[in-house]
Amino acid sequence: MSLARPNRSALPGQLTPPVVTGNVLDVESLTVDYLTQRGRVRAVEDVSFSVDRGEFLGIVGESGCGKSTLLFAIAQLLTPPAEITGGRVLFKGTNLVGLTDSALATTRWRDMSVVMQSAMNALNPVKTIGSQFKDAMRAHGVRSPAEIADRSAEVLRMVGIDPLHLRSYPHQLSGGMRQRSMIAMAMLFTPELVIMDEPTSALDVVAQRSLMVQIKELQRQLGFAIIFVTHDMSLVSHFSDRLMVMYAGQVAELGPTRRVFDSPLHPYSAGLLEAFPSIRGPRVPLTGIPGSPPDLAQEAEGCRFAPRCPQVLDRCRTTTVPLYQVGGIQVRCLRREDGGDSRD
Amino acid sequence: MRFILRRAGFFALTLWTCLTLNFLLPRLMPGNPALAMMAKFHGRLNPQALHALEIAYGVNTHQSLLTEYFQYLGNLAHGKLGTSLAFFPQPVSTVVLHAIPWTLGLLGVTTILAFALGTMIGILGAWRRGGWLDSVLPPVFVITSAIPYFWIGMVLIIVFSLKLGWLPYTFSYDPTLIPSFNWVFISNVLQHAVLPAVAILVTFIGGWILTMRNTMITTLSEDYIRMARAKGLPGNRIMLDYAARNAILPNLSGFAMSLGFVVSGAVLVEYVFDYQGVGYLLVQALDGEDYPLMQALFLVITLAVLFAILLADIATVLLDPRTRAAG
Amino acid sequence: MVALFSQVGGPSQAPTTSARSQAGQAVGRLWRAVRSNRKATVGAILLLIFTFMAVFPWLITHDNPEAEVFGQSLGPSAHHLFGTTSLGQDLFAQFVWGARETLIIAVVSGLLSTVLSVAIGLAAAYLGGVPDAVLSYVTDVLLVLPTFPLLIIIAAFLPNGGVVVLIGVLVVTGYSYGARQLRSQALSMRHRDFLEAARVRGERSLYIVFVEIIPTMTSLIVATFLGTAVYNVIFAAGLQFIGFGNPGSVSWGTMLYWAENEEALQTGQYLWAIVPGVCIALLGAAFALLNYAFDEIGNPALRPVRRPRRIRRVRTSVPGAS
Repeated sequence: MSLARPNRSALPGQLTPPVVTGNVLDVESLTVDYLTQRGRVRAVEDVSFSVDRGEFLGIVGESGCGKSTLLFAIAQLLTPPAEITGGRVLFKGTNLVGLTDSALATTRWRDMSVVMQSAMNALNPVKTIGSQFKDAMRAHGVRSPAEIADRSAEVLRMVGIDPLHLRSYPHQLSGGMRQRSMIAMAMLFTPELVIMDEPTSALDVVAQRSLMVQIKELQRQLGFAIIFVTHDMSLVSHFSDRLMVMYAGQVAELGPTRRVFDSPLHPYSAGLLEAFPSIRGPRVPLTGIPGSPPDLAQEAEGCRFAPRCPQVLDRCRTTTVPLYQVGGIQVRCLRREDGGDSRD
Repeated sequence: MRFILRRAGFFALTLWTCLTLNFLLPRLMPGNPALAMMAKFHGRLNPQALHALEIAYGVNTHQSLLTEYFQYLGNLAHGKLGTSLAFFPQPVSTVVLHAIPWTLGLLGVTTILAFALGTMIGILGAWRRGGWLDSVLPPVFVITSAIPYFWIGMVLIIVFSLKLGWLPYTFSYDPTLIPSFNWVFISNVLQHAVLPAVAILVTFIGGWILTMRNTMITTLSEDYIRMARAKGLPGNRIMLDYAARNAILPNLSGFAMSLGFVVSGAVLVEYVFDYQGVGYLLVQALDGEDYPLMQALFLVITLAVLFAILLADIATVLLDPRTRAAG
Repeated sequence: MVALFSQVGGPSQAPTTSARSQAGQAVGRLWRAVRSNRKATVGAILLLIFTFMAVFPWLITHDNPEAEVFGQSLGPSAHHLFGTTSLGQDLFAQFVWGARETLIIAVVSGLLSTVLSVAIGLAAAYLGGVPDAVLSYVTDVLLVLPTFPLLIIIAAFLPNGGVVVLIGVLVVTGYSYGARQLRSQALSMRHRDFLEAARVRGERSLYIVFVEIIPTMTSLIVATFLGTAVYNVIFAAGLQFIGFGNPGSVSWGTMLYWAENEEALQTGQYLWAIVPGVCIALLGAAFALLNYAFDEIGNPALRPVRRPRRIRRVRTSVPGAS
């Protein structure tokens, strides 16, 4: 698992030499701002990570930590007032930031697809499932009706849905079926990267697990990489290779899932884990994380988590915290300073 | 299906209310205008017409209200709307039928134009947020939609008829011409229709553009639009097939109901231009205290609006698959 | 026109503070919003001008609008800013004094109509069942019946009603749209937590309606008032134009009536027709602008958008990759 870490961020107008890393996705120092009437709100700050071919990266965090914004920024799907104001998104070496919709059209869906949270909202309510599949295929040059019909049926079968539902409208399917048909749609061109924004949050627990198993199975068969965003840490940690914990728009911790899960280095990650009860093991009192996430419109000094941190030091409130490298894990906590050399 | 049935039921119910209102109104008004009117026209009516009037207004009959009511409904079903007083001795139905094609032509064309143009402009304006179409025009349309129709008519008359002399300003066609299907007559009709049509169009389209634009903007923030972008679909397809198709649905019935408003405005526009349509007739009936004619016209107008609403409901069912499933 | 179809979103979150302070906050927000939104400011200024004209007409003109003492059909001059009518009345005086009746009709009918809308809409939503069905049915029918023809019919049967009847029919025919909107919003709020809390506390229904529900619907109520006002201005003008109401009184609508009657257009007295029409249009526009601005305030997505500046124009492409 390579973690390529170039140490320059591209400035506007400056051509950077292509970075060939072999990764499917390299996100470098990505920053996203919301330009509102009240001023600039920084939703994502200086986020960097890479995704290798066939890798499953989970991104977890509270509501409002910027994970969905991050996803949309990667897929170049932000709408005003949100804007990427810094960094690069290298998809197989090409920077996607700044490209127009028409320039992105060939890459979209063919190489990188998106699965959204609520299929009821993400599917056009007045078109059948089949015609929405057809739209995608025709937009990428597949014209023959036979080919379209075959492929549509094929992807539906892959997720366990009877192809006769191609004629159904979204509201006629159950929640789980809708979600799976969205995933089927994402598989149309067997892309190399699939970005998923909380696809299981709208489902009940049983459907959640069955969907996750299905996703993992598809990944095994077709070999695509997945970025999976969720607030449910316990769910994703069963399936992901690496785990990234976000807080207040920044990366708090990033590393192999097993290690982050078993021994979290950041107090926030530890807090998240303690908030989920375990079915096995002794009964322990549940501890939450007191307080609430900071207002991103205010420029903060020091560590963003300091007001809620149970292990806070005095200098945490005043020092800007860089990402530290501790073994194979990146963590943004002053307590790990001695664990490795600073990144910034 | 149940949706259509429910709407048809509403249609029937409203129609019935309108008919009953028409029936009851003369009998409820203070001072009994029916009697006064009858006295006024006593000398001019032949006995049958007088008798018909008596029946229609419940005077001097010895029947119960209910019997009269059913007689009234029966008469209506046979198209017997009574005799016109202002255009005596023509039956009301003849007078009304004469005027309907004119109004239908004028309003029909204007509303279709307003709908088509308004929808396109509204869609484009919302699609290109921040463009000139979107920043300049909305305030303009807000203002134009608040202007009384008939006054715009007057302004148009001043500018285009009286000052510039380009277009005529009274009547629906040159009275010296004989109505026939030749180009001379038809072009004359069109000439006379331009100003009234523009008066209605200019005011009506503003509101519709704004509605379409606003719904379109709300629709554009939906997830399935973002999804369509993510799939790499071309811009036009997203704008029309994904956004516009959804944006128009909630507005269809609103558009039909606004036809009631257009009809109201058309009444006065016809009056200002002496355009021989249903509206002009209505004002004449008011002036001439021709109650049978007024009631018939009111019925006709209401029927037309109800019919338009029913059409809009059918269109909604056809375009929105969700209504077909729900009860 | 806009008010009839624009989607006005009411406040979507339950009040965490008391309803009274919420209403106070709403007024404060209103004030700031009007100041910051250009459309709202223009509309508000227009309204203020007209109100001033209506309340203090003698400060602006000295002539009696009804006195037929001046020369007939005079053109504009220093003595008569807009000229005179064919009956020898000063048009400018009529314009200034006419504001009063026109404004009164618009505001009073708008207020009464809104009150009726609130009463019927909330009653229908709150009572439910049979009362709701009956009220909704009546409202829907009134909504569908074409207003102007109906007004003409009623006018025919009540010829000497004057302004009071005019306002009455406007209110009865105009309340329906607002009632429908308010009803559907009230229905969607029925099961909100803060209402459940009030019920559990044992508050009486009337209390709940007035203290909890109505303040949260202020924006919708204001929008209803503004929208109805626009309509009433147009309809009142139309009715007065054909002679309903009291042609003898001085208002912008009756000015138009006399202009038409005295064939002002054909005799070249354009100002007679133009001036009252412009004012009616401006009054309607003032309400419409305020209404539209409130739409924007309530729904930020509708606000004017500046084209986003493209910060990055970098197009790096890697030969051989992708």
